[in-house]
Parts: sequence; structure tokens; C-alpha cells
Amino acid sequence: MILPAVFFYLFSGACITAAFMVIAARNPVHSVLFLILAFVNAAGLFVLMGAEFLAMILVIVYVGAVAVLFLFVVMMLDVDFAQLRQGFLQYMPIGAFIGIVLLAELVLVLGAWTIGPDVQQAIATPAPPIARMLNTEALGHVLYTRYVYFFQAAGVVLLVAMIGAIVLTLHHKPNVRRQNVADQIARTKATAIEIVKVRPGQGLERT
Amino acid sequence: MTIGLGHYLTVAAILFTLGIFGIFLNRKNVIIILMSIELILLAVNINLVAFSTFLGDLVGQVYALLVLTVAAAEAAIGLAILVAYFRNRGSIAVEDVNLMKG
Repeated sequence: MILPAVFFYLFSGACITAAFMVIAARNPVHSVLFLILAFVNAAGLFVLMGAEFLAMILVIVYVGAVAVLFLFVVMMLDVDFAQLRQGFLQYMPIGAFIGIVLLAELVLVLGAWTIGPDVQQAIATPAPPIARMLNTEALGHVLYTRYVYFFQAAGVVLLVAMIGAIVLTLHHKPNVRRQNVADQIARTKATAIEIVKVRPGQGLERT
Repeated sequence: MTIGLGHYLTVAAILFTLGIFGIFLNRKNVIIILMSIELILLAVNINLVAFSTFLGDLVGQVYALLVLTVAAAEAAIGLAILVAYFRNRGSIAVEDVNLMKG
């Protein structure tokens, strides 16, 4: 019984430390790497809670795609990040104030809430026992039947994001010569070559 | 020593606060702001999954999946806008982004 608690404190402590380093690191590349660490530890927390599928999705989607995308952009943009950090201490008081107020509110909520008596009857899709069905299978049974429209909507959101990102970042440079297939096919012998009779000793005059 | 729902909610609350704090702390750097938003969405996901597990209801995990999708889409679009903006202006400082102010 002690082992889950040890791992919970390990994962949550590392997650919170990494999250703090994300916003406090001097170098944005370090920020992205700490973000990856935070996500991996959050995936560990998900495994502890029994949501294995979401944990793996978190590692694949966030660490594999989103964080690497961040890393690419940070390394690609040639920005003076030291200049962007000016005013870091200037914003510290207001940020700390708002953060403390928010944390106090959250603590107040955490200290006072109870689960209502009717919640157990209101559960829409009860999770099957782990002995009968694993988390991934149970999620699939629910996701592809009852919530299939939400699943499709998520797919549409991803499609729109993909098309939008391509449209935003794709641009044609004016000075690059590209292959134009129609032009190549439209070439005929008349437009392509010219037969010139060169007389000896007179040279060639360009017309 | 039993880890209950309150422990996970505490972790999520701290992560959420750190995300908000990061937005205020790095007001000039859009990339860090986007990362702070990712942290906030991660905190929301932890909340959803914690309630889903401790109430025995799978809807929370389905919803967390949708939040994950939206977060990925948001990161992709945000970074694309950032790259396009940097290509046009040569800077990503937030206080320079006021062309539409009139």
C-alpha cells in the first residue's frame, strides 16, 4: 500500500518542479525540455489513476508531437530571448499576487467540496471492472458508440488545425524556379529550336 | 497514506496556478505563454481523469481525450501564427503585436 503513495509523490513532485522550471527557465529550449518532463510525469500520474490509454496518448501526442513542435519553433526562430526576458521581475509582483489569489480560491474549493448524494445515480457510462475489461477497451466501447459524434468532431478539429497550419506557414518564394508541367508539354519543335545556316567565314548574326 | 481524490486535485490546482503565473511572468515571450497554456490544459486533464477514476465514470476520460485534441490543435495553430508573424515582422515580442489597434 506504500508503493502507490511513494510513486504518487515522486510523479507529482517531479511534475510540479518541472512545471515551475518551464516558466522560470532562462533558455526557452530548457523550458520545452522541462515541459516534456512535466508531461511524462503527468502520464505517470494517469497510470496511477488507472487511465492507461490516456497516459500513453499523453506521451505520444504531447511529448511526441506538440513538445517537439515547440522545440522546432524555438530553435527555428532567431530571436533574442534575453531581450524578451526584460521586465521579468517587473511582472513578478502582479503575477505572484494573482497566482496566490487563485491558489487560495482553489484551496478553499478543495477544502469545502463534497460529492453529492445523487452523483452515483447520475453516472452516464460506468467504468467496467478492471478484471473484465481493460481501460483501453472500455474507452473504445464508449468512444465509438455513445460518443461517436464527439469523436468525429475531434477529428474535424484536427483536420481544420492541420489545414490552417499548412495555409499559414506555406509561402512561395518569388525567385525560385519551379517545374511547370503544362509549359513543358506545350513545347513544340517550332518554339523550341531554330535552324540557322551558317556560311563559312561570315560568322553568325543574332536576329 | 492512501492517495485519494484530494491529492490529485491538489496537484492539478498547483499546476493550474503555475500556468497562470507563467503567463503573467513571461508577458513578452509568446512561446512561454503557449507552454503555460499547455500546462493549464494538462491540469484540467488531471482533474477530469481524477474525477473519472474516483467516481467510476468513463465520460471524464472521453472528455479529457477531447481536451487533448483541442490542445494539440491549438498548439499547432498558435505556433503556425507565430512563425508567420516572425516571418513578416522579424520579432515575436508581444507588445509589438498591436497592428490592429488602429
